[in-house]
Amino acid sequence: MTGVRVAGVGLTHFGRHPERTGRDLFGEAALAAREESGVDPEDIESINYGNFMGSLAERQGHQAPLMAEMAGLQCPATRYEEACASAGVAIREAVRAVRSGEADVMLAGGCERMTNLSTADVTEGLATAADELYEIRAGMTFPGAYALMARAYFESFGGEREDLAHVAVKNHDNALPNEYAQFHRAITVDEVLDAPMVSDPVGLLDACPVTDGASALVLVSDEYAEANGLDAPVSITGSGQGGDNLALHDREHLAVTPATERAAAEAYDDAGCAADDVDLVEVHDCFTIAEVLAIEGLGFYDHGEGIGAARRGETTATGDLPVNLSGGLKAKGHPVGATGGSQIAEMTRLLRGDHPNSDHVEDATVGVTHNAGGTVASAVVHVLEVDR
Amino acid sequence: MTDAGYDEWLDAVDDGEGFYLACPEGHGSLPPRRVCPHCGSADLDHADLPTAGTVETFTICYVGGPDFADEEPYATAIADFGDVRLTGVVRGVDPEEVTVGMPVEAAVGTNRTTGDDLLILRAR
Ligand SMILES: [Zn+2]
Repeated sequence: MTGVRVAGVGLTHFGRHPERTGRDLFGEAALAAREESGVDPEDIESINYGNFMGSLAERQGHQAPLMAEMAGLQCPATRYEEACASAGVAIREAVRAVRSGEADVMLAGGCERMTNLSTADVTEGLATAADELYEIRAGMTFPGAYALMARAYFESFGGEREDLAHVAVKNHDNALPNEYAQFHRAITVDEVLDAPMVSDPVGLLDACPVTDGASALVLVSDEYAEANGLDAPVSITGSGQGGDNLALHDREHLAVTPATERAAAEAYDDAGCAADDVDLVEVHDCFTIAEVLAIEGLGFYDHGEGIGAARRGETTATGDLPVNLSGGLKAKGHPVGATGGSQIAEMTRLLRGDHPNSDHVEDATVGVTHNAGGTVASAVVHVLEVDR
Repeated sequence: MTDAGYDEWLDAVDDGEGFYLACPEGHGSLPPRRVCPHCGSADLDHADLPTAGTVETFTICYVGGPDFADEEPYATAIADFGDVRLTGVVRGVDPEEVTVGMPVEAAVGTNRTTGDDLLILRAR
């Protein structure tokens, strides 16, 4: 089985782009990834494209061939939809295609346009990742679902809103030097605690913003990289995906995410590593509680211990296990269908040493990315390693 | 639009004959199902939904989707009914008064925005 290298990454700025269409955003990211990779466009065999709610937001279904056009490529293109984990699965399937020997060069990533919708319409669009009969009809929103999980966490394991506020503060700090991030503003614990409630106990500053953006990666086989003299020191060495019941109320525990545990176990096994070997991680922090659930699900903390990690300084940029040095979904932004690709692009930059936060992890060799769909009814985990 | 299984279930709750689907392993789930979502058993029987449940977790939603514009703020809760849990809008008490452990019963109400039937967790 061949190894898979990240030959190039491309990101748009994450934020509000009212004057731009999704096709324009993905075109920018794809061209940037192509250019950085140095790959001959004719060699790109397929595009795996992640998108969640383009049919609602832009009245544009069948986006994948459109995005191939925008990337200047005439090759098969397929859209992957797994709610907020759409790009995660698109990339995972690209990794599998290269590993199997089916393809030598793939372009994978995703895009979402969201800020052109009203808050109510975004709320409704995102809620479609929940169970339509039993959750949406009961007034469950995306922040509401995580609020249910946050309160269940407090009840089961302890912790309080102030612990979660430290997660938000940390991720805003990390986003400050990141040119692609939506927010370049430090916040304080008090600001998080005093922000208006969206869905108690999730406040406005516990939540990721509504974001437009795109991400793209060029993935190549080891053989292709060597034959073409590509400078591609970062490899994707592990990939895993886990599933769970769609509706929260069908889960055994309301504050534990077995989909993440399953995805992580598969990815670690695939890469031949363990949680202890990981130097830094990008996790799916759509809400502050989501980061806590993720670092526990990934095996870095026991249940009940993750909530204090940011407050204790363990997951900050200077801590033992920096989490979300990109700023995370919370501060970098969360264009849902692009996020999984953005995490791998950021991790690649961090490991290569050309990310503004790379100085915090100079000797890092192993990074993990974690992309979740809905209330973690799906999760995709990747292990990235860099040649040192 | 009718939803096979779901509408029937909501009507049953409204008639005070709420039920859930029980498999031989003792897992509970809600219709429509062909198999148990926990163990895959196709042997599903109707079992009586307990009259009383307790709130396991809840949220007070200040920003809902368009279908809930006239409800804000409202409390949505997940309540434990033994072998099965229900997610519903809490009524019969101010949203700010909802607590974990609060006893509730399942009922059917009307969504004030859309006029559609809605699963209610009514404070007992
Ligand atoms: Zn069963």
